[in-house]
Amino acid sequence: MLAFMIRRFLQSILVMLVVALISFLLFRFVGDPVDQMVGIETSIDQRDALRQQLGLNDPVLVQFFHFIAGALRFDFGISYQFKQPVAAMIAERFPATLELSLLSVVIAIVAGIPMGVYAGLKRDSWLSRMFMTVSLVGISLPPFLVGILFIFVFSVQLQWLPSFGRGETVLIGFWPTGFLTQSGLKALILPSITLALFQLTLIMRLVRSEMLEVLRTDYIKFARARGLSRRAVNFGHALKNTLVPVMTITGLQLGSVIAFAIITETVFSWPGMGLLFLQAVQNVDIPIMAAYLMLIGFLFVLINLIVDLLYVAVDPRIRIDARQAN
Amino acid sequence: MSKASSIPVKAEQGAIARFLASDIVYSFSRSKLTMLAAAITLFYFLMALFAPLIAPHDPFDLASLNLLDSLTPPMWEEGGVAQFPLGTDDQGRDLLSAIMYGSRISLAVGFASVAFAAILGISLGLLSGYVGGTLDSVIMRIADIQMTFPSILIALLIDGTVSGLLPQASREDTAFGVLTLSIGLSFWVQYARTVRSSVLIEKEREYVQAARLIGLRPLTIMVRHVLPNVLGPVLVIATINLALAIITEATLSFLGVGFPLTEPSLGALINIGNNFLFSGEWWITIFPGVTLAVLVLSVNLLGDWLRDALNPKLR
Amino acid sequence: MKKRVLRPVLLAAALATGLSSASAETFKFAFQGTLKSLDPYSLNETFTLGFLGNVYEGLTRRDGDLNIQPALAESWEAVEPTRWRFKLRQGVKFHNGNDFNADDVIFSADRVRSEGSDLIKRIGADVKFEKVDDYTVDVILSSPNPILHYEWDTWPIVDKEWAEANNSVKVTSASDEAATKISLEANGTGPFKIVSHNVGVSTVLEPNADWWDSAKHNLTRVEFTTIASPATRVAALLSGELDLVYPVPVQDIKRVNDNAATSALTGPELRTIFLGFDQMRDELIYSNIKGKNPFKDIRVRQAFYKAIDIEAIKSKVMRNLATPSAIMISPFLYSRAGDFTRMAYDLDGAKALLAEAGYADGFEVSMDCPNDRYVNDEAICQAVAAMLAKVGITINLNAQPKAKYFAKVLASGGFDTSFFMLGWTPGSLDSWNILDNLEACRDEAGVGGAFNLGGYCNPKVDALKDLILVENDPAKRDELIKQAFEITTSEVSHIPLHQQGLAWGISSNVELVQRADNQFMMYHVNKK
Repeated sequence: MLAFMIRRFLQSILVMLVVALISFLLFRFVGDPVDQMVGIETSIDQRDALRQQLGLNDPVLVQFFHFIAGALRFDFGISYQFKQPVAAMIAERFPATLELSLLSVVIAIVAGIPMGVYAGLKRDSWLSRMFMTVSLVGISLPPFLVGILFIFVFSVQLQWLPSFGRGETVLIGFWPTGFLTQSGLKALILPSITLALFQLTLIMRLVRSEMLEVLRTDYIKFARARGLSRRAVNFGHALKNTLVPVMTITGLQLGSVIAFAIITETVFSWPGMGLLFLQAVQNVDIPIMAAYLMLIGFLFVLINLIVDLLYVAVDPRIRIDARQAN
Repeated sequence: MSKASSIPVKAEQGAIARFLASDIVYSFSRSKLTMLAAAITLFYFLMALFAPLIAPHDPFDLASLNLLDSLTPPMWEEGGVAQFPLGTDDQGRDLLSAIMYGSRISLAVGFASVAFAAILGISLGLLSGYVGGTLDSVIMRIADIQMTFPSILIALLIDGTVSGLLPQASREDTAFGVLTLSIGLSFWVQYARTVRSSVLIEKEREYVQAARLIGLRPLTIMVRHVLPNVLGPVLVIATINLALAIITEATLSFLGVGFPLTEPSLGALINIGNNFLFSGEWWITIFPGVTLAVLVLSVNLLGDWLRDALNPKLR
Repeated sequence: MKKRVLRPVLLAAALATGLSSASAETFKFAFQGTLKSLDPYSLNETFTLGFLGNVYEGLTRRDGDLNIQPALAESWEAVEPTRWRFKLRQGVKFHNGNDFNADDVIFSADRVRSEGSDLIKRIGADVKFEKVDDYTVDVILSSPNPILHYEWDTWPIVDKEWAEANNSVKVTSASDEAATKISLEANGTGPFKIVSHNVGVSTVLEPNADWWDSAKHNLTRVEFTTIASPATRVAALLSGELDLVYPVPVQDIKRVNDNAATSALTGPELRTIFLGFDQMRDELIYSNIKGKNPFKDIRVRQAFYKAIDIEAIKSKVMRNLATPSAIMISPFLYSRAGDFTRMAYDLDGAKALLAEAGYADGFEVSMDCPNDRYVNDEAICQAVAAMLAKVGITINLNAQPKAKYFAKVLASGGFDTSFFMLGWTPGSLDSWNILDNLEACRDEAGVGGAFNLGGYCNPKVDALKDLILVENDPAKRDELIKQAFEITTSEVSHIPLHQQGLAWGISSNVELVQRADNQFMMYHVNKK
């Protein structure tokens, strides 16, 4: 068990190193950051001096070593555009992205699970078919178009909901939250629904197929044979069994929700990490891009690791596999 | 959607003809929605294939564009002309032709990236499951890393790299490759995992052991026996991926990594049209948008039906 | 049509409680770009300079019509041709309460020319500053320069004591180890103080009650947000969430005007958009013509010029919010601009010229174009490509985000282009800047006319440029400028297209002044 954990942990570190190397190497090709850091009239000599100062003329390995050494201290350097420490900027934007992502996952779960359960239990009813078909419509439009149509309808035509930003935030400790003000909550509605559409469809379909499968098992047939009520069988036994894989997949999707927030944040001018990252790509702000990728990589590895360890704790078969693997 | 309790297809003999002959055709003929989706998808394929023959104009021929024709509304609206049935975009491009050519590009990227992902994923899955050990670990770790980078991140990075490495190449030359590569790269993991788990099961079967005894090369056995078994799941994944790839391509246009505006895909057309949504030239975004949505929806419905018809256990 | 399609979506009626309206004196506005740094010397970019111009002040300032006015300097005179005397305003205080005096000016003159400053060209390296007394400063030049102070409205004065006390003497740079105070907080003398600054997202200002000049605004608070997406920006204005957004896409001007609560404020901008050709290399990098450079032939350049239907671009792409230009500078900045006219649009003439030059069947060339820098830049390039296609020229359009575009075409990228689009606003609002940057001969490294990307070169223009710099008599100076422009225009050094227009969207209960340099000054904003 311990050996498995250590092994898995070392693998995670290796994964992070590879993520670091890939991000670092790719950034050498995205364009010349110096041109973005200075105005158009800055002379060539000044530009060269800056390039030298930034260490952009150092050998690649030296630069990578600096990068890793910094990353270990959570120091990703100074943003080329804003001339602020990147770690602080990411930390400032992180709450906005996390609140948006979490809320959309919650929306996806709260709406997706009941719809999926229903579609699984009554797979041939017209409502189930409608759920199945309508949920496809939501993912058949590119998310940016959905966002812009939302803005057009709910902000411009009806003027119900704000079209951009987070509204007012309240500081809880170091964490600015939008959940505690009216304007903050209103601002969350459109972006989080836009972002949730995809996950909602995914979760609904997953729940449905899991339900269909579980309902066919002997375990459920036996429960029915014991004379348990339909309700107890469906919700006590079937749904419970369905939720484990659903929660796992949802957990693993959190990383990609955060990444897909790039689009939602751009459309709604949501001041999160995704917007920061896209601006950084356009402005060749390498430290921000690197820090963002490392953070996404870290989140994902972390979630993966937790899921793996939970599995080991829950499922004895995997424990045996792990021993064998060793 | 399909027969109430469709029998899981566990065709060990795995002939395509077999499962085409039985359940599939039956359930297909039962579902009107599926038939409609299939008809629409077929229509799109034909339209894309024959776009150069049936489109009234060649939207990629710059010399034929006249700026003074730009922003013409659809023919039934005031100011519309029969020459441009669905109106024109901001450069004077005939929207109907642009949509036909755009569908062609979107579908081409979709197919190419799905094919790329499937080939890569199936090969790595076979290798991983069959060889096992360190190679298996390495491939599965790579799959983990891959999952860390969703398609849009990969595309942004690859696009940046390509334009850095090939500064001379214009977007028209690189867009197809960049998009196929980025979208394909983000999809292979699913195929690899499906194939790998199937291989792990098959590997322990008696007939494989037996085949080994009689001296057949195990790899040959795997390819011959595993591939037909995973064909169903792979087909489902591929169909759903095709829909996803088309949407992803459109999304990437929004992020500035798509096709150039001189050769717009459906996504690029929608993205151009976004700029004109408030100003009243709704047709530039709505027509390509509806075209894309109908295409993706049809493909998704087909995928849905395939999933249920082939095997409800698919995950 | 749209409404009919969208109506079924409107389910969320329960949420309709209306948007909270801003209090009467809070002014909210959005711009497409971000405020990159609060250090006033770290970026020479219109928006950053303009924004910080509300917080910091220079010795001079420009009014709504861009006339130079006294600001922190009450008056100035050239006591000798090479010695200027500036009398400083007394009783001015920085936001932290410190007094403004000659030491601050001398400190700022050093700081603005120090390493890392992006405003290094505001004052020549050879110019010396001398403190005469606490409120008098002498500026000593090595040669006469009538336009010495033309860009000093965007040379903000920094408080010496504050900068020294807060480790902010050095200009903020991306190679710093940690953030400096001056990059996060501002201490100027201007009409507004920065209350909070959320890097890259939003900035809040409040009026400076102790400002030396009388306030012409009635604001109590200003909130600035970055909204990069044009559609979202316009939506935020239409929905009443914001009082000012800019720029408004030209196609949305009508919509903004049709909306009862908003209107579009349009006006000419000073930036000139133009096309340029590589005339320096013996063979174009991106062309199918090998062994020679077609752009060295003036007939080819003329043919390109004649093939472009500028009126179609103006009406269709720019929706009339552009002024076609015959020269490389805005008519607002050069009194004799009216003496020049554009070469007429003439497809047959263009074809004839190409045939004469030996390219009857045309040729192929790549065009570099930014797609997020100027108003509808990519659309203009596409239109140009389509127009040139009609005379047989095949354009391979390479439209890129400005980061990549500039990295390729500027000196740092080795002027890696054959045919390009660029825009230029002379920072000093004067023609010499154009001649010096865009028309002067350069070598391969870019020494000389550093932004003369195509490498056009005529020694006569260079000689005129040197005369113009030291000429003190305005009429003679304008005549010399005219001679220079006549040469560059007749030789088609570039193809000037137009001055793009400014388009701001404002809420109807707001009155403000739009300056042609696109700087937004909050001290003449009034909310009803």
